[in-house]
Parts: sequence; structure tokens; C-alpha cells
Amino acid sequence: MAVSAAGTNSQSIVLSAERVTKRFGDVSALDEVSLTLPRGASLALIGESGSGKTTLLRTFNRLVDPDAGVVCVDGVDVSTVDPVQLRRRIGYVPQDGGLLPHWRVQRNVELVLRLNGAPDAAERARSALTLVGLDPARFADRWPRKLSGGQRQRVAIARALAGEPSLLLLDEPFGALDAITRADLQDAFAGIRERLAMTTVLVTHDLHEALLLATHVAVMRAGKIEQIASPEALVADPATAYVKRLLERARVAAEPAENIS
Amino acid sequence: MNVVAIAALFIQLATQGGRATPPVVVASKPFGESYLLAEMFAQLLEARGLRVVRRPGLGATEIAFGALRANAIDVYPEYTGTGLLAILGEQPMGDAEAVYARVSREFRVKYDVRWLPPLGFENSYAIAVRRRTADSLHLRTLSDLGAASARLRAGLTPDFIGRADGLPGLQRAYALHFRDVRALLPAVKYQALAAGEVDVIDGYSTDGLIARYDLVVLADDRHFFPPYQAAAVVSPRLAKDNPAAIAALAELSGRLDDEQMRALNKRVEVDGTSVATVARDALASLSLDGATRATDVAASTGRDGMSAYMRAHWREIGHLLARHIVLVAVSLLCAVAVALPLGLVLERMSGRAESVIRAVGVLQTLPGIALLAFMIPLLGIGVVPALVALVLYSLYPIVRNTFTGVRDADPAAVAAARALGMTDAQILRHVRFPLAMPVIMAGIRTAAVIDVGTATLAAFIGAGGLGEPIVAGLALADTRMILSGAIPAALLALAVDGGLAIVERWTQPET
Repeated sequence: MAVSAAGTNSQSIVLSAERVTKRFGDVSALDEVSLTLPRGASLALIGESGSGKTTLLRTFNRLVDPDAGVVCVDGVDVSTVDPVQLRRRIGYVPQDGGLLPHWRVQRNVELVLRLNGAPDAAERARSALTLVGLDPARFADRWPRKLSGGQRQRVAIARALAGEPSLLLLDEPFGALDAITRADLQDAFAGIRERLAMTTVLVTHDLHEALLLATHVAVMRAGKIEQIASPEALVADPATAYVKRLLERARVAAEPAENIS
Repeated sequence: MNVVAIAALFIQLATQGGRATPPVVVASKPFGESYLLAEMFAQLLEARGLRVVRRPGLGATEIAFGALRANAIDVYPEYTGTGLLAILGEQPMGDAEAVYARVSREFRVKYDVRWLPPLGFENSYAIAVRRRTADSLHLRTLSDLGAASARLRAGLTPDFIGRADGLPGLQRAYALHFRDVRALLPAVKYQALAAGEVDVIDGYSTDGLIARYDLVVLADDRHFFPPYQAAAVVSPRLAKDNPAAIAALAELSGRLDDEQMRALNKRVEVDGTSVATVARDALASLSLDGATRATDVAASTGRDGMSAYMRAHWREIGHLLARHIVLVAVSLLCAVAVALPLGLVLERMSGRAESVIRAVGVLQTLPGIALLAFMIPLLGIGVVPALVALVLYSLYPIVRNTFTGVRDADPAAVAAARALGMTDAQILRHVRFPLAMPVIMAGIRTAAVIDVGTATLAAFIGAGGLGEPIVAGLALADTRMILSGAIPAALLALAVDGGLAIVERWTQPET
């Protein structure tokens, strides 16, 4: 079930997975998954709980080490790299933001910069805050607990971007937000992504989010990729019955929302 | 050259100090007569020109005798019957001279401890009831008590309940079956009997309190209790090195009879005269007196009010409070220094952590006296074993809270820190530890408050602190004395709790 995004050459490939397999006890979380992602592309991993999408994401920065197969970032097999050094080059945004509650916003955003020993950490953290739409003068000295959910996610994105990573991983970054905040953040993120031409991998269970934010959508089911394609191709030509059902269900769910707006 | 000269001087001084006779350490067990006899020993030694250190109120027989064997104390008053039954573990025998001969030979052979010739009086256990109970049930002897015991409740000292020469033997000898047996300390015991909470108590035949509460002592008509002749027992070191002290102490041998002792105990326990004053008067009446101690407590005799007592003793209480604070502070710092790193290490080895923490928890369930008695051969008596015991008692809440605080620190923050490239050591130092701080502080606070209470135990091994007046007050049935230790201890606990609550708030991650 190895499916690649078409039209890429090895020079511009930021991320690749080849026959990546992971088992947790008797459960097969990933079953020989392969994909490649060109620079500047945005991949959405979509599927139900237990489909393996988060596990796959976590193999990219070695939070999970696969049982078999190879993951390469910037052309280098990640299993040959110190995981701590690897993670400092890869941005990461968890679902709940994962801000350190005992640090102010500024210190949180400086985290990766300081780990990398950047001399201008304070300055770069402030521009990252500006980038995600938070005025440093107002937000830099706030405590995470004094922020709204949307603001917290923006800070988490700023923290992930501040170190200018070659790859950005987001694990259901907008899943816990209310609908309006989520829509705002999705728009803001789409703008940032385009401006930076950042290579991103986004885990989501929301097909609309995937279609909105991704250049490539991979539908996962039971540890395998059912189909990987551009949003337009996916909608126009679902490869399996499962993808078709997924699209139909999403359309049914989307219609009332469109009527309201 | 100078350095060598100074070093030589030091060595000279040190060896001189070593050669000079060390002070005689005089101790007692925690009950009135023992305090009084020890004070008489001390004043007599001082009158004969010897230096004395007082360690009154050592926990119980095991602690006092353990300390004597280990040369941590030099002399304390003991009773031949206790020596025979409680220390040697032998069967009771009837004849007073035979018991004395037996214990003095066995102690010399087994422990190198000497019994000086008996002081002259006997102080046996005395089973006592209220006069009203005795009259209504026609109780005169312990045999009478046997028949009536099913209706009566007994309140006995823990010591007596456990010892072969105490309740177990007495039950067999007189077929006693009390309706209820409660363990009570001396002061509480007499008050409980007077208030009708219990009907039967154990006392000592020379007890001043028996007269104070108008109790009836039941005759030991089957001669169950062996003779308890009082005598000074002397450490191996004193016996070998200080003949002058032995000679001075022997001056008291044979000089005190039962009636004199009862009168002396009554002055202390009933009239509330200070132990030092009664001891001085007693020595004077025996023509054994000499120098009067300058440090004698500004004898607030009589049973005047609490505030008057506090005013008369504030300087002493201040010293005890200061010692108490030092005990708590030093033991708490040591406990933090041990428990905090231990908690952090345990977090790294999650598999065995629970069993280690449980083992630390078991330490806390050890009875204080048992722990102290156990440490005497290793550490002697005084401040060092007290601190060790306090540290052991303080470890558990700090280890437990450090471990769980660090382990359960905000999982989302920890996961994010790892995903962004922090090493385990960085996560521990910059994320887990600061986030666990309030939980750790709560553990330290718990330990500190427990410590203030537990530090009163230090009095049992002569380490001072507010436990001293509590133990002495319980022994002498002197409520003012108990409160003069208990009230400052309670206030100290509140202050420590309040102070650490403020520190705890500082450690909160958010303003």
C-alpha cells in the first residue's frame, strides 16, 4: 500500500517514510506506510481514532521509533540522528498547546531558540509572536493560564515556528477549540503557512480542515494509507469505498453549517 | 615554627582535657521518685566537688539502662525487682537480699554494670482503687480484687501492661479478668481514676499521688510482686575511672526508709515543691549537704496559677523552645537533603519506586521509644540520636510528595517539552521539578508540623526541647509543667505551618 505524492524529485523532498511499521503489543498501529513530502507542501493525515495517524506523525520526530522501515527528514535517516537534536530542528504543536505553565509567554516561545543556543532568542520570539497575530507588547509577559484557548494555540504555534524549523508537525492543533475560534485560527495558520512556505504535517479528524489547510491529504485506516492525493483529486476521485463514505459523511455534516454562515 | 607550636599547644590541651575527669552524667527515668533520687545523686556529687551533667527523664527502662551500658550516662536510680525481671528476664523470687545479690552479680558479669548498696527503702508496684470503691466492694487485698475484677476497668501504665512482672503475671496470680484494660500515663492515670473513668490503677508504694488522691492500696497477699529495693546503678566507665564519685554516691546507701521516701515524694508530687528544693532539704536532713546550687530554679513552690508558673519559668521555657526549634530545623533540613534527591531518583526508576517509598513509610510506623532504644548502642543518648530519629520520621511525606509531584507534573507540558527537544535532565530540572514545587512544599510542610510534635520525644533521650517539661510534668502529675511545654509546642507547630504556607505560595508557578 505504498502511495506517493506525485511530481517530486529527491532534491526537494523534506520528509519521506518507507515501509514504516509499528506494533503496540498485538495491535498493528502502522503497517508498512510509505510517503514522500516535497518542500513547502502541507500534508494532512486524516482518519478515525486508532487509524495510526498520530503514531505516524510521532515517528517523524522520533517520539515513536518504528519496528521496521525508514523515516528520512531532509534526506537523513532519523534513526541515525540523536532524537533530542532532531526534535530541536522540527517544530511541534500538540493539541492542548503544551505551554509550560510556570513560564510566561515570552519564555515559552524562546524555548527551542534557547535549546539551540540562539543569541537573539528574545528578539526572534517577539517576531514569532507577531507572526501568529499576538502583539508582543501585550502578550509577552502574560502567564499561559491567563490566555484564551485560541491565544494559547497561537503561542504554541509561535513557539514551534520561532526556531525556523525545516518541518512543522501539528497534532490536532485546533481540535479542542470552539467552532469560531477554530475557523479564525485555521485562516491565520493558512496565511502563515503560505507566507513561510513551511513544510507541514497536520493530524486531524476534520476533513474540512484537511481540505482547507493541506496540499496533500492522506486518508488513514487501520495503520495503512487508503489514499494520498491533493484535496481536489481526493474529492473528485475517491480511490476506495472507505474514502467515499468519509467524504459523504463530511458533506452531510457540513451542509447545515454552510446554511448558517 | 609558629604553626607547630600552636599545634603542640592544642595537643597538650586536648590530652589534658582527656586526662581530666569528665563530668558525671546523672540520669533518671520519667517518674517523680526517679527524678528526685537522681537530683539527690547530682547534688551530693556536686557537694563532694565533682562536676555533674543532668539527663533527667530518660524514656523508659530500656533507654536508661541501654544508655548506662553504653557509658552514655554514668548513674541512675533503679530497682532490684526491675533489674531481675525486666532486664535479666528472670523469674520473680521472694527474698530482698537474694534479689539484690542476684542482680548485682549478674549485672557485673553480663553488662559490667555495678549496683551500689541499696538506698534503704522498697518501692514496689501498688495496685490502687478509690476509697469509695474499696468500701463498697469490701476490697482490702488483691485476692479480694480477683473476685470483683469482672466489674472493674483498669488503667495501667504501658510498661506495666507489657512486663512479665506486671499485668500478665498478676492476672495469673490473682485470677484477674478486668472488664477493660487501658494504657494510661502516670498523670492521666491518677486523674482518670479520680474522675471515675477507670476503677483500678497501678502505682508505686512510695507514690505521693496515692496520698494526694486518697486511694486505697490493695495488699499483695500472695506476694506476687518481688522486692523492689532502690539503688544507684553505675556505668562501667564510672566504676573503673571515678572512685571519688562511687564513694560519694555510696554515702546515700541505707539512708532512706519507706516513710522518709513517701514524705519526700509527697512534697514533690502533692505540694508541688521543686525537685531541686526537696532534694536539697533531704540531703540537709541526712547531713549530706554541701554546696547549694546557684542555678536552683527560683522555686515557685506550691500549686499557683498557670500564668504565674509561666512567668517564673519563662527563661527556661525560652531555652527549651530554642532547643526545640534547632532540633526541628536541623532535622528538617537533613530530611529535605535526603528525601528530595531520593524522590527525584525514584522517579527515574519507576519500577522499584513504590516498594522503596513503602519501606520509608514503615520507618514512620516504628514506635518512637523503640527506635530511640534501638539507636543507643550506636549513637548513645542526646542530640545526635534524637536528630537521626527525627530525620527518619520526616522522610516519608517529603519522599512521597517529591516522587508523585515530579511524576504527575502537568503531562501535557512534559510531553511538549520532550517533543521540542528537551533532554530528560532538562525536563526534570526546568519542567517537572518547578511544576512539582507546590506539592513538594506541601510534603515539607507536613513533615515540619509532624516534626514539631515528634521532637518532644527527644526528651526521652536527654536531647532537651519542649518535651522535657511535658515528660516531667506527666511524671509529676503537674499540669502547669505539661502545659509549659505543650502550649509553646502547639504555637510553634502553628507558626511553622503558617510560615511554610507563605513559602509554599511563593513556589506556585503562577502569580
